Amino acid sequence: METSSGIRNAIEKIGEEGLFLTSFIKNTFKKGFEWNEFLRQCYKIGYMSLGIVLLTGFILGFVLTLQSLPTLKTFGAENFTPNMVSVSVIREIGPVITALICAGKIASGIGAELGSMKVSEQIDAMEVSGANPMQYLVVTKILACILMIPLLTILADGVAFLGGFVGINLNGGMNGLLYFRKTFQALSFTDLYPAVIKTFFFGFIIGFVGCYKGFNSNKGTESVGLAANAAVVTASVWIIIVDAIAVQLTSTLVYN
Amino acid sequence: MDNIIELKGLKKAFDGNGVLKDINLTVKKGENVVVIGKSGAGKSVTIKCIVRMIDPDEGSVKVFGKEVQEMNDDELRELRIKTGFLFQSGALYDSMTVRENLAFPLERVLKIKDENEIEERSKEVLEAVGLSDAIDKMPADLSGGMRKRMGLARTIIVRPEIMLYDEPTTGLDTITSREISELIMKVHKQYKTTSIIITHDMACAKITADRIVVMEDGQLIAEGTYGDLQRSEDELIRAFFK
Repeated sequence: METSSGIRNAIEKIGEEGLFLTSFIKNTFKKGFEWNEFLRQCYKIGYMSLGIVLLTGFILGFVLTLQSLPTLKTFGAENFTPNMVSVSVIREIGPVITALICAGKIASGIGAELGSMKVSEQIDAMEVSGANPMQYLVVTKILACILMIPLLTILADGVAFLGGFVGINLNGGMNGLLYFRKTFQALSFTDLYPAVIKTFFFGFIIGFVGCYKGFNSNKGTESVGLAANAAVVTASVWIIIVDAIAVQLTSTLVYN
Repeated sequence: MDNIIELKGLKKAFDGNGVLKDINLTVKKGENVVVIGKSGAGKSVTIKCIVRMIDPDEGSVKVFGKEVQEMNDDELRELRIKTGFLFQSGALYDSMTVRENLAFPLERVLKIKDENEIEERSKEVLEAVGLSDAIDKMPADLSGGMRKRMGLARTIIVRPEIMLYDEPTTGLDTITSREISELIMKVHKQYKTTSIIITHDMACAKITADRIVVMEDGQLIAEGTYGDLQRSEDELIRAFFK
């Protein structure tokens, strides 16, 4: 009995998410796109996340270099540290860590913002006035995430190389020109484009999950916290799942 | 007078609990109908059905002679523009200033782009609700009474024909409640609105009502003027006036 009601709830939830997705797509192409709100969201999601993303990227490159150096030294291959760090950062660690950081900062923010708007009847007020909350609140946020997360990831990757350079120079040292030549020599276009493509999906997940959880939160102050929390957890899990699928697809279609 | 709102045999249940059980109500053009009743009687659900924020399980909701359940998106949007809804909390957009709150429905609902017109209409409604000095304030800087006035200003800026008030005086002191009640009457006269006012506040009902209907457990149990109901033989109804 419990199992069947659990299955029914799960199917209902998938149905609700499907309807929300359909409504997002429909409203994206509807007349009267909210350009000003979209640009405001780009600023809020992109520019306001720059500090934490750059700091994380720098530390990522720095730590990865420090962790790799001793092992590579054992094989006398410490000169290949920049190559290894750049491939790891671009293909995997940069996009995933940036997306997870953004899930924590952006998805929770969106979930809490829309959740509190729901609780204080602001979304109802918008809807009942004849305005379109989906177009104003949801479309702009999701599209801003889709655009900003790839840009933030590229910046984080760049700063991670810088972190790697600092790391390597604190433990032996390497000429800047040589370091960056090795960094970029190790990379090919096939490393870059699958990684960039998946960040668009990560951006969509962060925006969509944040908006869905906030927009569908229950009425009550507790639900604001729950919406924010659920947004982070769900977005993070989906980022990891989508990353696994992307890696498998890339390995099969690009690297083979 | 024409019937602007007609509710017939309205029924609604949430998780098997009947909230509305056969509601029948008509409101004539220019009339102020006050709905009183205990918490949970189904008052708010009733007015939410009028603008299709909630779909009834059974029954008919006709506004301006059209069946609300059969309206397409454009017709529903048009109905919502003609029907102002004042929420209990005011429901101000808290990330926007008062000016932006007022411009929001003009730009997005009426598609007015002329900044002078937006400014003029904003000043007109702020003056009507006595908040002329608050135009650049944030909602967080406003008191409870001011938020209600501001919510009312944002609602009337699109010049609706029907006003639905969901407990407009709840949480306010006696003096401010009286001011809001008088404001409802001012809006009614100035904008010639037809109104349904949900309230527990009998002072508000006395000031605003042409007719009062009493709701109990999802049903309308009595109807009349303030004086009629005050003299009712039913103790339950008289209890509201004590």
